[in-house]
Amino acid sequence: MSAVQLDFLTLLGGIGALLAVASLIGFGLKLKVAPDGSNQVIENLNARITAWWGMVILLAIAFLAGRAGVVLLFAFCSFAALREFMTLTTKTRADHMALAGAFFVVLPAQYWMIWTNWYGLYSIFIPVWAFLLLPIVAALRGETDNFLIRVAETQWALMICVFCVSHVPALLDLNIEGYEGRNVLLIAFLVVVVQISDVLQYVWGKLLGKHKIAPRLSPSKTWEGFIGGILSATLVGAGLWWMTPFTMLEAAGMSLVITLMGFFGGLVMSAIKRDRGVKDWGHLIAGHGGFIDRLDSVIFSAPIFFHLVRYGWQ
Amino acid sequence: MLVGKAIVLFARFITAAQTKWVGIEPVPAQRVYYANHTSNGDFVLIWTALPIRLRDQTRPVAGSDYWLSSKFRAFIGREVFNAVLIDRNPDTRDHDPMERIIEAVDEGDSLIIFPEGTRNMTGEKLLPFKSGIYNLALARPEVDLVPVWIENLNNVMPKGEIVPIPLICTVTFGAPVHLKEGEDRKVFLQRAADALSALSEEETK
Repeated sequence: MSAVQLDFLTLLGGIGALLAVASLIGFGLKLKVAPDGSNQVIENLNARITAWWGMVILLAIAFLAGRAGVVLLFAFCSFAALREFMTLTTKTRADHMALAGAFFVVLPAQYWMIWTNWYGLYSIFIPVWAFLLLPIVAALRGETDNFLIRVAETQWALMICVFCVSHVPALLDLNIEGYEGRNVLLIAFLVVVVQISDVLQYVWGKLLGKHKIAPRLSPSKTWEGFIGGILSATLVGAGLWWMTPFTMLEAAGMSLVITLMGFFGGLVMSAIKRDRGVKDWGHLIAGHGGFIDRLDSVIFSAPIFFHLVRYGWQ
Repeated sequence: MLVGKAIVLFARFITAAQTKWVGIEPVPAQRVYYANHTSNGDFVLIWTALPIRLRDQTRPVAGSDYWLSSKFRAFIGREVFNAVLIDRNPDTRDHDPMERIIEAVDEGDSLIIFPEGTRNMTGEKLLPFKSGIYNLALARPEVDLVPVWIENLNNVMPKGEIVPIPLICTVTFGAPVHLKEGEDRKVFLQRAADALSALSEEETK
């Protein structure tokens, strides 16, 4: 077994143990408080934990399948996220071709460029090429009502769901001295730290949360959850330095940056949900909501993490 | 059937169809599902939303003028979905559509019908219901008429477009409606339509 696989399995073992403890606590709470399933918070907690098992298993399979597995997994995440986002955007029949183009041309092209490691194009494809070409396709249909709103929302959807998400598998292509062949662990680091931050914010918030940060945006986000979650996730990130190209201190700094980005990403995506009057982005991940509900923090941290590592370590 | 499974899988891929059962449970009882009609994919989506054991006993009622117009459509309509095909044109038809529908009900099948009679291309929520659903309720008053609201499928593939856009669709099943004794045709049709459009508000909750 290679060193990468060993490190990966060590991480997986840790996460598995964590989830097993979480499952036991969830089960115990249910037995003690409401065995008939009448307590919404506990039911939701258990649904979340069950979904976490599924997501971890899926991620593990993709990672073990190598580059193709990782790129395909995130391409599918982009697709599912874009499907959720476009469901809420302003559109008319005149946008049909532009939207079909977003799904069936822009998305596959972006991931094909990630696959072929064409950094020069995938880093500007959506911000430049799609940004200019899709409004042209929409304009040719001659419908001017809400035109700016329609093209702006479509572009936002692509930036969030495709461009940002694709920076997770793009981490595979960074050439870091002394870290060859281990890049998949960089993805694991990003995803684990950001997601554990979400979980810890939830836990701290449920245990101690009193003072709301942004009651209008997200009633469940509290100062206690925010500070406790970010700090403890940063500690976890520092403790994972051995799988990264960073020193322990650098790993802590990186973790602080990505967990903060993740937190604010959650706020921004909540603002969009409130604006559109929905509670969740979708329904496919039981207990969590949609793909974007689960990915929002990764979406905001991935490109920043990518560019920081690219600038500082490549 | 394999083609049927492939169509359901494709429908899921495009619409991630979310099913809601409001005031009724997905149990294998004979039912007539009546739905709003905005897209040719409507019955496919209802079919997709049903559990497999209900799917096999559920047949869409569809216009033969459309579904027999090409070999491919005829194959999908007849072989895959086992549709009850009726001719909507009173001048050309050689059968009474109501008789065919009632025959299918008497055979024990569940049906999918679109009481608006045609696809709704207006901005209105529903077109006025045709009398078919009333005649059915009159002939077989014991059968559950289940309202089914389909949300968003018209945006997935508007009329005249070839490529579907992936968007999340919702299929909401509501509490069954029955004809009351001596209830007037117009009153019943309005009540059935109201029960259906009420589900569209359920959807936004």
